[in-house]
Amino acid sequence: MNFFNTARKVLQQNIREYGMYIALFVIMAIFTVTTKGTFISSRNIVNLVNQTGYIAVLAVGMTLVIVIRHIDLSVGFLGGFLGAVAAIAMSQWNLPAYLAVPLTLALGILAGTIIAFLVAQMKIPAFVATLAGWLIYRGAILVVTESTGTIVISDPTFNAIGNGFIPDIPGLTILPGIHKLTLIFGVLAIIFLVFSEINSRKKKQAYNFEVLPTEMFIIKLVFMSALIGGITWLLAGYQGLSWTAVVVLVVTIIYHFITTQTVLGRHIYAVGGNPEAAELSGINVKRITYIVFGSMGMLAGLSGILFASRLQSATTTAGGLWELDAIAAAFIGGVSPAGGIGKVAGSIIGALVMLSLTSGMNLMGIGISYQYIARGAVLAAAVIFDVKTRGKG
Amino acid sequence: MNAPILEMKNITKEFPGVKALSNVSFQVAQGEIHCLVGENGAGKSTLMKILSGVYSHGNYTGDILFNGQVQNFFGISDSEKAGIAIIYQELALVPEMTVYENIFLGNEVRNGFLVDWNETVKKAGEMLKKVKLDINPALKVRELGVGKQQLVEIAKALSKNVKLLILDEPTSSLNETDSENLLKLLRDLKEQGVTCIMISHKLKEVIKIADTVTVLRDGETICTLRADEISENMLIKHMVGREINNIYPKREKTVSQEIVLEVKNWSATNPSLGRTILKDINFNLKKGEIVGLAGLIGSGRTELALSIFGNPDEYQLSGDLYVKGKKQHFAHPRDAINAGVAYVTEDRKGDGLILIQDVKQNISLANLRQIADRGVVNNNAEVKVANEYKSSLNIKTPSVEQLVSNLSGGNQQKVALGKWLFVSPEILILDEPTRGIDVGAKYEIYTIMTDLVKQGMSIIMISSELSEILGMSDRVYIVASGKIAGEMATAEATQEKIMRLATN
Repeated sequence: MNFFNTARKVLQQNIREYGMYIALFVIMAIFTVTTKGTFISSRNIVNLVNQTGYIAVLAVGMTLVIVIRHIDLSVGFLGGFLGAVAAIAMSQWNLPAYLAVPLTLALGILAGTIIAFLVAQMKIPAFVATLAGWLIYRGAILVVTESTGTIVISDPTFNAIGNGFIPDIPGLTILPGIHKLTLIFGVLAIIFLVFSEINSRKKKQAYNFEVLPTEMFIIKLVFMSALIGGITWLLAGYQGLSWTAVVVLVVTIIYHFITTQTVLGRHIYAVGGNPEAAELSGINVKRITYIVFGSMGMLAGLSGILFASRLQSATTTAGGLWELDAIAAAFIGGVSPAGGIGKVAGSIIGALVMLSLTSGMNLMGIGISYQYIARGAVLAAAVIFDVKTRGKG
Repeated sequence: MNAPILEMKNITKEFPGVKALSNVSFQVAQGEIHCLVGENGAGKSTLMKILSGVYSHGNYTGDILFNGQVQNFFGISDSEKAGIAIIYQELALVPEMTVYENIFLGNEVRNGFLVDWNETVKKAGEMLKKVKLDINPALKVRELGVGKQQLVEIAKALSKNVKLLILDEPTSSLNETDSENLLKLLRDLKEQGVTCIMISHKLKEVIKIADTVTVLRDGETICTLRADEISENMLIKHMVGREINNIYPKREKTVSQEIVLEVKNWSATNPSLGRTILKDINFNLKKGEIVGLAGLIGSGRTELALSIFGNPDEYQLSGDLYVKGKKQHFAHPRDAINAGVAYVTEDRKGDGLILIQDVKQNISLANLRQIADRGVVNNNAEVKVANEYKSSLNIKTPSVEQLVSNLSGGNQQKVALGKWLFVSPEILILDEPTRGIDVGAKYEIYTIMTDLVKQGMSIIMISSELSEILGMSDRVYIVASGKIAGEMATAEATQEKIMRLATN
């Protein structure tokens, strides 16, 4: 009885933090049942992760933009446009992938800087400035694809980003059909997680800060390890970790580190929490605005690359509604519309929720019209949940 | 004593981890002015929030009897319907709307489905007459000063047939003339049968106006006193639970001859307003000195501080600024901080602290590089620093991981002070350092200031409280209409002399 009471209390106090993980879990469980297991099959999960990639990286950038109290509507078509630029760079200018990719990312940073100039220097509201960007990049995609239509990409290195998998350790014969290197990564991730959690708990205890009761802490560790282990096992059962998943993981880890551990990250959240106080504390708010929009532009470029690589071509319609999916993912992931609050990891979960809905409903054969309605309902429910639990976390 | 209009019985309210009110009982008689005093965090605001329905019925225990009936308020609209109106320190007016629109906002004069604007304007005029405010009701609220805005708030409350008016620190942002007017108005309203509860930290004011005073301390009712029984010392004794003989700590002579900051022919224009806000200002600050900047609200003291502190509002400046003998042009607050200047803002909630972050994050914010290695913050060092300031400044919080929004005003001010002490400045500008905080916390802040100048720091203190200026500073500059209207050693200064120059 005592145990359940503690469990309930812990859950109530941390409902905001755990809510979206639970939501993702529930959505996945429901689809697993309704599709008689097809949803949770290795192949589908790998596909799901690959489909989520281009929205996930946008959602990471969008998290920071919303944290500093702005919005960026231009990133969808910017991503589509930059994907087309990458395609042209390779197919018409004959640049190799390892030059085309950095060029695309650099152009993304430039595009973000222009938005930042309008927002920080000219004091134009981000909504308006990026709406202008939305129109301009939409036109720009049409301009570059008008003469050729779809631009086919034949560079195998580039196409591997969206379709390839990491190689396995050669020569190992145990566990046939299972991707060993993926499994090893999964095990390492679990070990790292357990150690870092125990370490941070010890430090908190040393300062007499509030920590989870021991049994709850163990349950949390077991749950998280099981989650990572399960996903790893599923991925390893198909072809292992895809390059898209690697890209998303690397982006997430870098941004998570920046936002939680660095001076820059603190400054970003300070600007979002109270821009006037941040400025008077010696933080250059304009500089932060440039950095955040610059990073958003770069991630839009990356998003375009992931998408173009997956389709092995650049199309005239690439980029439509990506920005809204990214914004929705961020809000589902617990980013506060008022600014100053929101986690990168949360937004990734948000993106997974959105794409799980799409994937699950596709498998169930539900029409696109109802899919939109269902996704809208989930977004509304997520934000209602967020507002209702605020201040209890 | 008249029959009670309001009785609050055995009210207990808990927040996670804190008991804000425990078994508080509170009684207000019909037609009196009842003052509620106590240190910050004593529970005054919580009690009033329960009364006005902000904390709805069921979130606390105990009973509210209003007009002899048990009341269960589930929101402000319920308490308003019963005839209770509350006016907060931060006014709740819409600046871009006119006075008459504001007075009847949410309570529009209707004619069928439509708003009857002619009737609205006429009735607004009547309400303004009741609060003795002679202005055109078609003015926009943002064009009025704070004092007049407050009267508009009261007019708004009166338009709802209020029986019990609650004022939370009504005079904290008013100058002396406006405060006088407000107190006079409260007496007039009393004659008209309006009962009034006033929360205030200004004890002189309390003694002047109250019929009855209730003292709260640490979430409990300490005593209720009648007007003829109260004295300032007695109130302080009940509020802090001990006697404070001196409101200001003893100052040793710490002033040296070295000038650490000097401003010459300093003028500033605000480009967005297109007018001159500072004109030909000359002043200096010596090492170990506390210089007071006295003046009325809006006289340009805060603008002067901001123009020195890296000019974040981007005024057009002319004139010379010397810090420790070196001519300086600060292009950003960062430059000023690097040169050893710190500025604790007037409005700690608005532009001083980040309320949604915790104590340690706020304290470290202006000097994160000190506790970071190649851009990575050392979280342990941060906790250590925060805990040092928590104990040296006596910040009352369960841990440094507490959100700043959960602290009382005095403790928030100490967090703001800690944040700026952490940059180890040589020149500290304090803008209204004790606004809205209680006697005990005030004394602590004064003691900290005394210690700082003893260690060789120099302080510019902007204050609207003349007794504070006289009690703490070595020298006073009087600012009026963007100019220095006078300078005097505190020994020669009196409240009257300063007021005469400030209102020139």
